[in-house]
Amino acid sequence: MLKELVPDPLLLTLAQAAVAGAAALAVALLARARRIHVEKELAIALVRGLAQISAVGSVLLLMLKGPGWLGALALAGMMVAAAATSARRARRVPGAFKVSLQAIAAGSGSVIALMALAGVIDTGVAVLVPVGSMLVANAMNANGLALDRFRSDVVAHLREVESALALGASPEVSVAPWAQSSFRASLIPAIDNLRSLGIVWIPGLMTGMVLSGTPPLRAAIYQFVTIAMIFASSGVTCLVGTTLIRAQAFSPAEQLLLRPGEGR
Amino acid sequence: MSPPAPVVLRAEHLGRVADGRALVDDVSFEVRQGDVLAVVGPSGAGKSSLLRLLNRLDEPTAGAVYLDGQDARALPPRELRRRVGMVMQTPALFPGTVAENLSFGPRQRGAALGDGALAALLRQVGLGGFAERGVDRLSGGEARRVAIARAVANEPSVLLMDEPTSALDDVSKREIEALVAEVVRARGLTCVVITHDLAQAARVAGRVLVMEAGRVRRIGPVEEVLRAEGTGS
Repeated sequence: MLKELVPDPLLLTLAQAAVAGAAALAVALLARARRIHVEKELAIALVRGLAQISAVGSVLLLMLKGPGWLGALALAGMMVAAAATSARRARRVPGAFKVSLQAIAAGSGSVIALMALAGVIDTGVAVLVPVGSMLVANAMNANGLALDRFRSDVVAHLREVESALALGASPEVSVAPWAQSSFRASLIPAIDNLRSLGIVWIPGLMTGMVLSGTPPLRAAIYQFVTIAMIFASSGVTCLVGTTLIRAQAFSPAEQLLLRPGEGR
Repeated sequence: MSPPAPVVLRAEHLGRVADGRALVDDVSFEVRQGDVLAVVGPSGAGKSSLLRLLNRLDEPTAGAVYLDGQDARALPPRELRRRVGMVMQTPALFPGTVAENLSFGPRQRGAALGDGALAALLRQVGLGGFAERGVDRLSGGEARRVAIARAVANEPSVLLMDEPTSALDDVSKREIEALVAEVVRARGLTCVVITHDLAQAARVAGRVLVMEAGRVRRIGPVEEVLRAEGTGS
């Protein structure tokens, strides 16, 4: 219907965004009827999201015309932003930003580099940045989950951790069960994505490729490649993150730093 | 008259400030080999905070702890904690069997707790035949015994105990007190035990340190402290 009403492609895109935004606002109004007030927060988030993604689109447009190293620079910037977001989730963990940055850079960076070297992903800015950003974003989510889960599990099992320390165990041994459980938990979304691929959801990348005329089978296989890369990058990120965070959770004298208030 | 036993554990002007609050303030004492020192005081007096400084689970912000005359900070933390064992107020046993819990400490330093030593230790704490029992099938009193045996399995020279009988009924309480006395005597351990009960302190310890608001209010032989605190018989 919109296509007939708005023939100009740019205006059509804006109209489509307005309709989708209105649908989201309608949900907020429904929630309001049940005395759940998210309308202000949602309106701000919608405007902010539109502005951010439009800015990214504009930057991408510029980068497409620029040199290849601009893509690497953009990905590095995304990794720093992802580490800051991830660290906010785990702000009560000492050194969370440093750990997050190292983990995300190691996880997404290594997979992007390997896949680019192997020729799985194109090194052109137009492919490298969007695909790389997916890996960085998923690594960020997995890392945030891992750190948050690690902190909450260790705090919930303080007595076990300190009993192990009091028996002469190393910090690594004393928190090992919770480092393992946080690693496992943080990978659940990535595993579920792989498991349900094509059955529960058809991801955006594949949808976009099909819409832009790529044969569906080729789009599907490329989507699998992306999801597998996301899993690999999230896995390495969590592995590095949960390894580094174990060291951050203790003082040099091997005292647990994640204890809530003292005063017994 | 035999010479006094050597001082094994000494705290000198020990203090800890956390979040702007003095949890332990200028606490000094010493414990001789084979002696039991009871630390008594109301909730919030700083008893547990003091105990955690002795095996460096927390870092003192003032003063020092000496083990056999050596500054505890000069020892690697794991070595210090092996030599200064600790039984926490709530026995946090690791999932698995009693035997797995008892062998945890020795395993950390690459040693093994042999079947004979394991059986002897379990007999000593009144749990003969419990080696393969899952810790989820233990009563509260049995779990305390396992926690004590687990600390002792590490062959410490000092044993720190944080209210080892809290939340137990009177019968279990007396049994654990007798067990502590037996283990300390048989192994020649030096012991610091926290209790909020002066009567219990009199039953298990030779000396008592009374804490109040993080500071030492009184320290001395049991009878002397009981008399001064107005609870002596």
